[in-house]
Amino acid sequence: MEASVLHFFEWLWGPYWETLWAWFKPVWPLIWVIMKIVAILVPLLLGVAYLTFWERKIIGWMQVRIGPNRVGWWGLMQPIVDGVKLFLKEVILPARADPWLFFLAPALAMAPAVAVWSVIPFFDGGALANLDAGVLFLLAVTSLGVYGVIIAGWASNSKYPLLGAMRSAAQMVSYEISMGLALVCVLMVSNSLNLSDIVRSQGQGSFADAGVGFLSWNWLPLLPMFFVYLVSGVAETNRAPFDVVEGESEIVAGHMVEYSGMAFAMFFLAEYANMILVSALVSIFFLGGWLSPFGVFPDGILWLLGKMSLILFVFLWLRATFPRYRYDQIMRLGWKVFVPICLLWIPVVGIWMMSPFNIWK
Amino acid sequence: MGARDLIQTFSLGELRQGLAVTLRYMFARKITIQYPEEKTPASPRFRGLHALRRYPNGEERCIACKLCEAVCPALAITIESAEREDGSRRTTRYDIDLTKCIFCGFCEEACPVDAIVETHVFEYHGETRGDLYYTKQMLLANGDRYEAEIAKAREQDAKFR
Repeated sequence: MEASVLHFFEWLWGPYWETLWAWFKPVWPLIWVIMKIVAILVPLLLGVAYLTFWERKIIGWMQVRIGPNRVGWWGLMQPIVDGVKLFLKEVILPARADPWLFFLAPALAMAPAVAVWSVIPFFDGGALANLDAGVLFLLAVTSLGVYGVIIAGWASNSKYPLLGAMRSAAQMVSYEISMGLALVCVLMVSNSLNLSDIVRSQGQGSFADAGVGFLSWNWLPLLPMFFVYLVSGVAETNRAPFDVVEGESEIVAGHMVEYSGMAFAMFFLAEYANMILVSALVSIFFLGGWLSPFGVFPDGILWLLGKMSLILFVFLWLRATFPRYRYDQIMRLGWKVFVPICLLWIPVVGIWMMSPFNIWK
Repeated sequence: MGARDLIQTFSLGELRQGLAVTLRYMFARKITIQYPEEKTPASPRFRGLHALRRYPNGEERCIACKLCEAVCPALAITIESAEREDGSRRTTRYDIDLTKCIFCGFCEEACPVDAIVETHVFEYHGETRGDLYYTKQMLLANGDRYEAEIAKAREQDAKFR
C-alpha cells in the first residue's frame, strides 16, 4: 500500500517529484505513520458522531418514537450540529477546582480510548502497529482510562463528581478482572498475544475447512467467556445498565457534573470511542475479526465493520431494555458471578486442550 | 433454587424476554405526530383561547350578568358594567387574565347567551408580562376572527347538550 501511495504522489507532482522526494525521503516514514493515524482517527471520530445519532434513533424506535429527524435529511446533520453547539459553549472552571487536573482529566479520558486503536487489526496485516504483545498493550492502555474519570471527579472539588469517580474506580477495576480472565481463555486457545494471530487462529479448524467459518470462531467453544467479556465490556465503558457512574437520577452525571462545552464533549467522545473499541475487541477476540463467516465470501475489513455494528447495536439495545443496576448488584455480579465463572472455565479449557478432543491444535 | 430456576438464570431467560420486547417495538408502527405539520384531532368541546361572540347583526352577546366572573374558580375574569344609551346593560370592561385561567370551561357553561366561549386555538403566546391579559376588545376580535369555527363546534356538540 505504501508503494501505491508513493506512486500516486509521483503521478501528482510529475517532474517536480524527484526534487521533492530528495527533501522528503528522510521524514517519509513519519509522514506515512501520520497518514495512517489520520486514516484511523477520522473515520473513528465520524463513527463516534454517528453512533450518538444511531443511539438516539434506535432507542427512539424501541420506545415507539421516531428519534431525531429535523436537522438535515432524516436528521443526519444532528451529530454535526450537536458538535457545533458543544464547541461554541463556554467551558466553565469551578472556582475551587484544580485548574491543571481539571483540564488534564478530559484529555486523559480521551487519549487511551484513541491510543488503543493502534494495535487493532482492521484486515490481514492492517494494523498500525502489529505488536506481538498487543493484548498486554491493550489491557494496559484501556486501564489508564479510569484515571481520566477519577481525576475529573477529584479535580472538580465537588460532591457528586467525587462519588461518581469512586463508583467508576471500583466498577472499572472489578470488571477489568473478569475481562482479563475471559481473555486468558482466548490467549490459551489462540496461543498468542498478537491480535492479528488471534484472528488468524480462529480461521482454522474443521468447521472453517468445511466452509462455515463462523462456527470455528471463539464465541462457540468459549460461549460463557463471550458473554462475560461482552457484559464486562458494557460495564467497563460505563454504559447502561451499568451506568451508576453517571446515574442521572442519583448523582446527576457523576464525574461530568462540573464540565461543560468541549471539556464535556471530550468525555462524551471518549465514552463512545470506548464503546466502538470494545465492539472491535469483541469482534476480534470472539467473532473472528476480519474473517468472513462463510468460506464462499472473501475476508475483509467490511466483515469487521459489520460485526462491530452488530455489537454496537447490542450495546444500544441493552440500554433501551434494562434499568440501571444498583451499585451493590454491580459488585455482586462482577465478583460473585463473573470471576467464578471465568476461574471455572479456564481449567475447563485447559483440560479440554490437554484431552484428545482438543480442537485448537 | 431448583434446576429449572438455574437454567432460567444461566440461559439469561428473563433478560432475553426483555430484549425481545424492545426488539419487537423497534419495528412497531411509530405513533409520533410531527407536530407543526400534523396535529391531533380536537374535540368540538376543546377548551382553548377565549373569545366573545356577537349576534349575526353585529350586536355583542354579553349582557354583563357576571355569572362567568362568579363561577370562575381562578378569579381570572374581571367585569365592569354600565347602562348603554339604549337602556340595555353592557360591559364596559371584560378582562380575562390567561395566566390565571385554568381553562376549565365553567365560564362557557355558565353563560346564558353563549357569549364567552373557548375556541380551538391553543397556539398563542405572550412575549412580555401583560401580553396574556386579554381585554374586551381582544376577546371580541378573537370572536370575530374565529366565529365560523366556533359556530361549527357548537353545532356539532349541540345534540349532546
